[in-house]
Formats: sequence, structure tokens, C-alpha cells
Amino acid sequence: MNQPEIVKIESIQNETDSIKTITFFYKLETIPGQFFMIWIPGIDEIPMSVSNINNDNKAITFRVVGDATKSLFNLKKHDLIGIRGPYGNGFSFHGNHHLFIGGGTGIAMIAPAVESCLLRDEPVDVILGAKTKDELFFIKRLQKTDANVHIATDDGSKGYKGYTSKLTEKIIKEKQIDTIYTCGPELMMKSIFEICIKNNISLQASLERYMKCAVGICGQCCIGEGLRVCIEGPIFSDKQLLDISDFGVFNRNASGKKKNIQP
Amino acid sequence: MVSLTTCINNLELKNPFILASGIMDEDAGSMKRILQEDAAAVVTKSIGLHERNGHSNPTFLELEHGLLNAMGLPNPGIDSYGSEIKKINNDNGKIIGSIFGSNVEEFEILSEKMQNYGVNALELNLSCPHAKGYGLEIGQDPEEINKIVRAVKQSVSIPIFVKLSPNVNDICMLAKAAEQGGADAIVAINTVKAMKIDIETKRPILANKIGGYSGKAIKPIGIRNVYEIFEAIKIPIIGVGGITKGEDVIEYIMAGASAVQVGSGIYYNGIQIFTQLKEQVIKWMTQNNYQNIKELIGVAHK
Ligand SMILES: Cc1cc2nc3c(=O)[nH]c(=O)nc-3n(C[C@H](O)[C@H](O)[C@H](O)COP(=O)(O)OP(=O)(O)OC[C@H]3O[C@@H](n4cnc5c(N)ncnc54)[C@H](O)[C@@H]3O)c2cc1C
Ligand SMILES: Cc1cc2nc3c(=O)[nH]c(=O)nc-3n(C[C@H](O)[C@H](O)[C@H](O)COP(=O)(O)O)c2cc1C
Ligand code: FES
Repeated sequence: MNQPEIVKIESIQNETDSIKTITFFYKLETIPGQFFMIWIPGIDEIPMSVSNINNDNKAITFRVVGDATKSLFNLKKHDLIGIRGPYGNGFSFHGNHHLFIGGGTGIAMIAPAVESCLLRDEPVDVILGAKTKDELFFIKRLQKTDANVHIATDDGSKGYKGYTSKLTEKIIKEKQIDTIYTCGPELMMKSIFEICIKNNISLQASLERYMKCAVGICGQCCIGEGLRVCIEGPIFSDKQLLDISDFGVFNRNASGKKKNIQP
Repeated sequence: MVSLTTCINNLELKNPFILASGIMDEDAGSMKRILQEDAAAVVTKSIGLHERNGHSNPTFLELEHGLLNAMGLPNPGIDSYGSEIKKINNDNGKIIGSIFGSNVEEFEILSEKMQNYGVNALELNLSCPHAKGYGLEIGQDPEEINKIVRAVKQSVSIPIFVKLSPNVNDICMLAKAAEQGGADAIVAINTVKAMKIDIETKRPILANKIGGYSGKAIKPIGIRNVYEIFEAIKIPIIGVGGITKGEDVIEYIMAGASAVQVGSGIYYNGIQIFTQLKEQVIKWMTQNNYQNIKELIGVAHK
């Protein structure tokens, strides 16, 4: 039933100064790219992607940006939170050579996707990008796998100096990439989308919109011609994105009012 | 051939199925998508004068037999909403603009703006059960309802529907007040006031604590309200509450509804529910030898 199931926090891991992973016991089958609604009793309920799937243990990894994420950050082991979901479509892997691109907190949901894709025994490259090296996380976790891990920072403090999109252009020249999977700031994903269209690479991008019901009725998260990010998304293909005029242009806040996100 | 066309005063509908207010109707895209299904009309989200975020999350949860929500009338404000309505092409169906205000003047301004945006009819939300100063808080008083409807009637020329709440002692008295004020139809019902407490954390789950109950559980309440209103007034009724299948539609029409609205049904069946309802109603009518859906309006009153 779509109502919060109360779970105890099993463990908490610090990833950076402002990013933590919270692990809890939650049975329902979940695939990478799906998300939960996390109820912090008395505070808020917010969408969070699954960042680790280990049988009945699931995790979320989040950055502090406001009140809800701050309260989540301050919770202790054994504190109670409510979980409903998983929601949304999740990734579906296509092609032979896969490239994953996580920007900022987007890395959180890209990591389990990489791990799951590797089960196909096909070549996987992954770009982890952030403004600066202190904001990177999950590097060790992914370096332990068979994926080729590339790092990009805007300031060059670690790895390639520059945007993940620039590094993407470099990698697709060297390797025959069939599909790109990405989650990160929308403008980053828009640049990657343009690269994919130009180079005929298929794309799956994970979009974020303000969410309330997460079950497809309140209309809060609708984009394009009535696509619900909570149901038909959050992962959209290059073909779908071509018809979503909002992509990289605007989102809507809690009132439904449009907010320009163009540079 | 079975005829499903119905009429709410002079508003012609190709079938009796309308999208209820507050469900997939915050932007043009989602309403266009619903109109491509077999919905004859969509009701917009309830729109007020100013931008409103609504209540904090949790604003929604599912219960055993229905849904509980306390969205709290989030909306971008009437001035921002015009561009959404203008983007919808009315060829596929009709648009009914839902508005909420805290007094007569607000309703006048909102109704004029909605009419200018090009909606085919107005729905006055006098029934939201969980927003302070709006909806039900002013929709319990027959005199207030009468005043608001009268004023809106003078401001616009399109049909005016009045949406009422079941959370009152005597809904018929309110329906009569709306009819006397010049309403063209009554919409019944809005959600039923309800609450869910989580016993582990020992607190109501909704941030607003109290919400509105919708979906399957409230159908008998909707049916009873429509049945009683039908005996009290002469203007048409639009039945809402808990519709998920063709038989539910037939039941509302027999109780006295000329058309129905569907909200939570989208949760249970997806947006294809409008096509499903159409097929199921046609099948029932064919099996029971009815050619015209209008023949069934109010037949349960014996
Ligand atoms: C499908 C999905 C998956 C997400 N996964 C992750 C994740 O894995 N890790 C992570 O750190 N963040 C994730 N987010 C973003 C996360 O939900 C927001 O950072 C969080 O809601 C902020 O809440 P706040 O109260 O701390 O901040 P606020 O100060 O309330 O808001 C800060 C920002 O968060 C956005 N936000 C607030 N409430 C919501 C809401 N109910 N729905 C969507 N956005 C909201 C606001 O629009 C604003 O831009 C995801 C969002 C979506 C839609
Ligand atoms: C998520 C949600 C939001 C709603 N928002 C509104 C609204 O803005 N205005 C309104 O008049 N009714 C609103 N309603 C009430 C519905 O329009 C409808 O009257 C009620 O849900 C009963 O019908 P149903 O059982 O088919 O959902 C809302 C209902 C739900 C579930
Ligand atoms: S969050 Fe309500 S429709 Fe997606």
C-alpha cells in the first residue's frame, strides 16, 4: 500500500561533509533509477533515489540543501523514518558498451545502475563529476568494480579539468559507446542530450521535478505533454526528451508556477 | 447505436465523463493528455488569486479503501494560469475552470479572468475540506453561497457549476441556495474529511493532519448526496466520488447525475479509465436495451 512503512535506520555513512548514505531494511524489489518517498516524521516527505540495493537492505544518499535534508542528515542509527515506493520506471540497459555519467548528487543513483549493468558482462565506462574533489563520492566503490572510472572536476582538483560533457565528447571519440545513462544538474544532462543526438547515441536521463503524491494523480511533476516524472519517469529516453519542451528550460515549484532554469 | 451525449444546461458533452479538479490538471500538457483519452471535459486545478504552495508533504497517502490527500489548494495564481488554458485546444473536449476565493470579490475577479482565458464553464470550489479560509469554510453557509453565485452570475456569461462538500449537515439546503443564486449545475461531492494516524510514530501522517478522503470508499456517500440533491433542485447534477467502473457511472446517473467526474479512478486504473468507463457503460446499456444515457438520469427515484 502506498503509505509510509516505518523503518529503523540500520547504518549511516558519511560520504563528504554534506553528503550521507542512510541504509534501512525495506523488502520491496527495487531497481536502479527508481526512487522512494522518504517521510521524516514531523518535517517533510521528499523523493530520494535508491543508491544501494543489497537484497532487503536499501540505501539513499543525499546532500543537505534545505530543511528536510538537514533533518535527515541529523538522524541517528535506529531513528525511525517512513518509506513508500519504489516509484518510477528505473533504467533499462540497451546496447553493448555503456557509459554512465553522474554529476554532483546524481552520482548517488548512478552507482547502483553501474553495478547492475556490469552483471551483463559488457564494457562499462563511468564519469563521476563534481565542482571540486571534496564533493566527489563513491569513487572507491566504483573503482572496485570492472567499470572504467573517469573523474572530472570543474576546478581540476581531481581528474579531468572541466565539465563532464566535455569529457564525454572525448570518450565517445575513443570508444564505440551505444548508450549513455545520466543523472545530474539538468543543464549538464541537456548538454549530454545534445551530444547524444549529434552522435546518434541513445540516452537515458533521470529527471527531477517537485513531487507530492508520487503516484501519478496530483499533476505536480508533469512535464511535456502530460508525462508524469513519478510514473512515466524519472528516466526518459532521448526520443522522449526531444518532445519535452520543458527539458533544460523550466521546472515548476510547489505551487506549480514555472521557474526558468536556463543559464 | 448507443448515445452517450449529455448536456449540462447548454454545455454539450460528447459523453458523461469529466476529469475531476485537482487530478493531473496543473499544466496544459497533462490536461491535453487526458482530453486525448475519452474524457469529454477536464476541470482545472482549483485556482485562486495568488500563488500558493499548498500544504507541506506528506500531502498524500493510500488507505485500505480509498485515498487521503491534503494538497491544500496549491496553484500558481490566476495570472500565471492563463497561459496553460490558452495552450489547450478545445477541439478534443471542454475545459471547466475551477476557482476558489475567500469572498465575493475574489470570486468575481477569478471568474472574469477564467472566462477571458477561454474556459467553457466555471466550477466554484466551495468545498475543499483542508484549506483555512477557503472552500468548505465558506461553503457551509447557504447565504454566502447564494451571494457568491449571484455575483459570479453577473460577472460572466458561461455556465456556472457549484461544487459542494459532503461534510455538512444538509447539502440540499446548500444546493438550493446555489440554484437560487443562478447556478447552472451542482457538482457533488468533494472529498470527505478524514485522518490517518501512524501508530508507530504516534502522529497523523499528513502534515496538515486532516485531509480529504476520496476513491472507492466514498462512492456510497456520493451516491446518497446526489440522490438527495436530485429531489431538492431542478438544475443538473454532476456526480463525483469513487468512480472506478462503468456500473459506478450508471449508479450515479440513476441517482440523478447528468454527468460524472473521475479523480482517484486514475490512481486505480491509470488514465485509460476514461476509455474503460466508456466501453463498460456502452456494454451495460446495450445489454439492458438502453439507447440513450439521458433515459437513465434519476430513474432510481421511485
Ligand atoms: C526522483 C527524485 C530523486 C531524487 N534523488 C535524490 C538523491 O538521490 N539524492 C539527493 O540528495 N537528492 C535527490 N533528489 C532531490 C531531493 O528530493 C531534494 O534535494 C530535497 O527534496 C530537498 O528538500 P529540502 O527540504 O532539504 O530542501 P528545500 O529547501 O525544501 O528545497 C531545495 C530544493 O529541493 C527541491 N525540493 C524540495 N522538496 C521537493 C520535493 N518534494 N520533490 C522534489 N524536489 C523537492 C526544491 O525544489 C529545491 O530546488 C531527488 C529528487 C527527485 C525528484
Ligand atoms: C490529489 C487530489 C487533489 C484534489 N484537488 C482538488 C481541487 O483542487 N479542487 C477540488 O474542487 N477538488 C479537488 N479534489 C477532489 C476531487 O475533485 C473529487 O471531488 C474527489 O476526489 C472525489 O472523487 P474521486 O473519488 O473520483 O477522487 C482533489 C482530490 C484529490 C485526490
Ligand atoms: S508527484 Fe503527483 S503526479 Fe507525480
